[in-house]
Amino acid sequence: MELLDGELELREIQKLEGHTDRVWSLAWNPTGTGVAGMLASCSGDKTVRIWQKGPSGSWDCSAVLEDTHTRTVRSCAWSPSGKLLATASFDGTTAIWERVGGEFECVATLEGHENEVKSVSWNASGSLLATCARDKTVWIWEAQPGNEFECVSVLQGHTQDVKMVQWHPFLDVLVSVGYDNSVKVWTEDGDDDWHCVQTLGEAGSGHTSTVWALSFNSAGDRMVTCSDDLTLKIWDTSQNPSETSGDGSGSWSHLCTLSGYHDRTIFSVHWSRDGLIASGAADDAIRLFTESKDRMVDQPSYKMLVKREKAHDMDVNSVQWNLKEPKLLASASDDGTIKIWELSEVSK
Amino acid sequence: MILFDCGFDNGGDIDDDNDEFPSKVGKYKAKTELHHFCSLPILIRIQEMVVGLLNANPIVYKKKERRARNVPTVIDEVTFTPTIEHCSMATLIGLCLRVKLMRSLPSRYKVDIRVAPGRHATEAEVNKQLNDKERVAAALENPNLLELVDSCLEP
Repeated sequence: MELLDGELELREIQKLEGHTDRVWSLAWNPTGTGVAGMLASCSGDKTVRIWQKGPSGSWDCSAVLEDTHTRTVRSCAWSPSGKLLATASFDGTTAIWERVGGEFECVATLEGHENEVKSVSWNASGSLLATCARDKTVWIWEAQPGNEFECVSVLQGHTQDVKMVQWHPFLDVLVSVGYDNSVKVWTEDGDDDWHCVQTLGEAGSGHTSTVWALSFNSAGDRMVTCSDDLTLKIWDTSQNPSETSGDGSGSWSHLCTLSGYHDRTIFSVHWSRDGLIASGAADDAIRLFTESKDRMVDQPSYKMLVKREKAHDMDVNSVQWNLKEPKLLASASDDGTIKIWELSEVSK
Repeated sequence: MILFDCGFDNGGDIDDDNDEFPSKVGKYKAKTELHHFCSLPILIRIQEMVVGLLNANPIVYKKKERRARNVPTVIDEVTFTPTIEHCSMATLIGLCLRVKLMRSLPSRYKVDIRVAPGRHATEAEVNKQLNDKERVAAALENPNLLELVDSCLEP
């Protein structure tokens, strides 16, 4: 995929206001309606808002999902079909919303975590859901007919608060990251027997503080993690995912560390289809990284492409590339706003 | 950097099993116990610390900045020295500090809170939690804990 030549910048398209508390997380609908789709945002104001591009071309709030969660909604994720939205809350529950036209209805509530649920993620086929919480566990739920969800496994292993879970883009491999500074890879042995096959970075190449987020590249052979230790780490798996006989855990190893670019906690990281890594940090800035073309001794390296200072008035909590238009980026902040950005060439 | 000296008379039993923000604050409900925990000297010192922070970072508006509505970000660090060893108390005092800062300073202030090094058995754990905004946010959604913090800050 050809990237733009010349100097690039993030151009602010629109600022979305409406939430009355910090916005924690964003999720683009994978199918969406119209050209650029639909965006879900969740907030400390206990609501989830749905944003869509109207006929005038501007983004408007088309729905507010409220009166369900009794505390902060921390994370949201669309099912691969785009018909269901899972929302994870500090109230200990995960709600499942079904989209019927422009309306949303809460069709299920997943209970079980002992305290605040931090993240939720659907697997590639939409058959499994993963959640994680401050109770140090990761739960795997199976989607059944009639919007029923059954917990099939409770994964123990993290020694502290688990901050995020993310499924591999096409394999049933789950990665979790957290307050214990670790990155864990989980797979199934058949018959709902899930276990941790790898804990990344234990031998010194790992993060030295809370790992807040992770993101896979589209090929599924690399992932990036971001941390309170002010670094981004790229990991890759030597195993060719398409050649595995279903195990697919591969053997993840540390590829490189991006340090010196951030001076405050990095809360979010997202890898676009085009190969650009966006980061959102506590210095109110958004940064973009890409793989460096200048090869030295065959060692892959990454460089910073764009730094957008003061992207928001406060911490950036989430950055998410649009799944259909790879130059469109959404960001969410403690300042209660969401911004839509377009990656474009600096006009000379 | 400002040093904050915090004296505390530890009268009652303290649940010291872990260093998480206390979720059960029932034992602190009695008014006399609250008074014990949040003595006036502590509150005065929190107030002094906030004023000190504001004074140490005066805002200088340059013409260009004012037009661009670009207000400079202030990053500072506050260190507090609890004179008691109990971890859960240090965490609670740190939380009161965090809330006071949030309520008193403009949003462009980013403040890191540290327990003075060498004074506390599990200072690294206390620091980590006090500077994890998600943990702080979740703790403050606990109505009992928030009530306790509020009564400490506005007796």
